[in-house]
Amino acid sequence: MSATVTARRGGRLTYAVLVCAVLVSAFPLYWTLVAASRSNAELARPLPALLPGPRLLDNFRSVLDEAAIGKALLNSLVVSGSITAGTVLCSTLAGFAFAKLRFRGRGALLAAVVASMMIPPQLGVIPLFMLIVKLHWVNQLQAVVLPGLVSAFGVFFMRQFLVQSLPDELIEAARVDGASHARIFWSIVVPIARPAMAVLGLLTFMTAWNDFFWPIVALSSQEPTVQVALRQLGGGYVHDQSVIMAGTLLGTLPVLLVFGLLGRQIVGGIMQGAVKG
Amino acid sequence: MPSAEPLARTSPKAPGAPPASLTAPVPPEPSPRRRGRPAALSPYAFLVPFFTLFAAFGIFPLLYTAYVSLYRAELQTPGELEWRGLGNYTALFADPFFWTALRNTFTIGVLSTVPQLLMALGLAHVLNYRLRGRTFFRTALLLPYATSVAAASLIFAQLFGHDFGLINRLLDLVGVHPVDWQNGTVASQIAVSSIVVWRWTGYNALIYLAGLQTIPAELYEAAEVDGASRWRQFLHVTLPGLRPTIVFTSVVSTIGATQLFGEPLLFEGSVSGGISHQYQTLGLYMYEQGWGFFHLGRAAAIAWVMFLLIAVLVGANAWLARRRYRKEAGQ
Repeated sequence: MSATVTARRGGRLTYAVLVCAVLVSAFPLYWTLVAASRSNAELARPLPALLPGPRLLDNFRSVLDEAAIGKALLNSLVVSGSITAGTVLCSTLAGFAFAKLRFRGRGALLAAVVASMMIPPQLGVIPLFMLIVKLHWVNQLQAVVLPGLVSAFGVFFMRQFLVQSLPDELIEAARVDGASHARIFWSIVVPIARPAMAVLGLLTFMTAWNDFFWPIVALSSQEPTVQVALRQLGGGYVHDQSVIMAGTLLGTLPVLLVFGLLGRQIVGGIMQGAVKG
Repeated sequence: MPSAEPLARTSPKAPGAPPASLTAPVPPEPSPRRRGRPAALSPYAFLVPFFTLFAAFGIFPLLYTAYVSLYRAELQTPGELEWRGLGNYTALFADPFFWTALRNTFTIGVLSTVPQLLMALGLAHVLNYRLRGRTFFRTALLLPYATSVAAASLIFAQLFGHDFGLINRLLDLVGVHPVDWQNGTVASQIAVSSIVVWRWTGYNALIYLAGLQTIPAELYEAAEVDGASRWRQFLHVTLPGLRPTIVFTSVVSTIGATQLFGEPLLFEGSVSGGISHQYQTLGLYMYEQGWGFFHLGRAAAIAWVMFLLIAVLVGANAWLARRRYRKEAGQ
C-alpha cells in the first residue's frame, strides 16, 4: 500500500522541526566558538558579533597561561584512557562469566550488579573521600581512575551482548580440545566481543571525560582534569568572557572530535543499550 | 544527571527487576577429568577484578555513608570520628537552607524533567519518519550530551548573562525588559533547568526512538486504514507502545534531578547557589556542607536523605505506572 508508505515519510513540517532542534542543539557550541574567537570588548558591543573572529589563537594562549588547561587536557587523556581500558577489560571478563559460565551464586551476584545501577555513586563520595585521604591519594590521578573502573553498566552490557553473540558450541569445542578458560577468553571471547567492547569503550570514554563531582572533590588545580580546570575557570577569578569560552572550547574539542568521527557508533550504542535487557 | 546516566542505557523495564535473560541456557559443567585444572574455581577468577573494585569503591562507600552520618567528622581531621547519634540529622532539619535546597531540588527537577521528556517524545516521533540524513539528525541531536556539565553550564551562564548575555539581548530586540536570570528565584531556576533540558533532550529522544522502533509498523498501517489522524495515531499507538520506556526514562531523570550539582554550581560559580540560595539544590548543599564548611558527617546525612528521597520517588513512580496500567487494562 504505497499511500501508507508515503504517509510514514517525513514531510516538510517534519524537517522543519528537526532543523530547529538541530539548531538549538548546536547553537550554544557555535556561540562558544564565536565568543572564544573575539575579544571581550567585541562581545559587549550593542550589536554582538555572530560570526567567528580572528582572536581564537590569542585566547587559547591566554587560557593556557591563566588556567592549567594544557596539563588538564593531558591528565584527562590519561584518566579517561585508563578508565576506558580498565572498564572494558573488567566488564568483558565479568560479562563473559555471567553470560556463559556456570557457578554458584551467579544469579544473586548478577542481581546485585543490576540493582547497584539504580544507586547514584554521588551518594558515596564522603567515605570515598575519607578513604583517599587515608591512602594519601588526594590530588593524585589514581584517586579518580580506580573508582572510575567500577561500571555495573559495563558488566551488564557485555553480558547481554555475549549471551546472544557467543555460540555455546564454540566454547564447548575449545573445551574438548583442552583449552583453559584463560585461553578460551583471549582466543574466542575477545574476538567475538570486539564490536561491543568498542561501543562500551566509546561510551565509557565520554562519561569519564565529562565526569564532574568526584574529580572536583578528589583533585585540585595542582593536578586537574579538564572538568576541574573548567570549574576553576568559572570560579570567578578569570573575568574575560572570551578567555573562559576559549577554555571551554579547548576542553570540549577532544570529545567533540571523538563524536564527529564515531558519532554513528555512539548513537547505535545508546539505542542498542536502551532496548536490550 | 551524569551519575545516573549509565543506567539509562540498560533496560527499559521496571527498575530493579532481574533481566529477562538471567535464565539463559548455560553450557554443561566441564567434565571433572580435565587435566587437573580446578574447574569449579576458575569462573570466579573472571569476576575478581570487577568485584574487588566494586566492593572497595562501590559498596563500601555507600554503606559507610550511613555510618559516618551518625558521627561528627570534619574535613581537616578526617580520621577522627566523634559519636553524634542523630545529631547531624536534627541539625539538618533545623537548617532553613536545607528546606530551601529540598524545595529547589523539587522545582528545578520538575522544570527540567517535564519539558525535557515531552520534547524528547515529540522529537522521537518525528525522527521515526523515513528521513533523508537521519544519521546526521540523530548525531546532531546528541551533541549536547557529548558536552560536559561543566562546559554546558559555563556556556549557558554566558548566554544568560545580565548585561551582555545573548538571551537578554534577544528579549530586548522584541521589547522585553532584561530578565535577572541570576537573582530572580523563578528566573534563575528556569535558567539552571534549561541547561539540563538542553543536555538531555536529544539523548532521551534516542531512547524513545529505540522504543518506537519496536512498535510494529502494521499497527500504524491499521490505524491509517481506519482513518486515524497522525495525532490520534500518536495517542493510541505510540504512547501505549512506549509505556515501559516512558516509565524508565522518568525514573532515570528523577534520579538525575535529585542529585543535580554541576549546573547550579557553575551557573555563577558559588556553592551557595545564588545570593539567597535561590537555586541551591540538595547536591550543591551537600557539597557546601562537606567541602565548603568541612562538615563531612553532616554531608553524609544529606547524602542519606537524598538516597531515601530517591527511593521514595522511584517507588512512587513505579506505583503510579502500575496503577495506571491496571486502570487501562481493566477498561
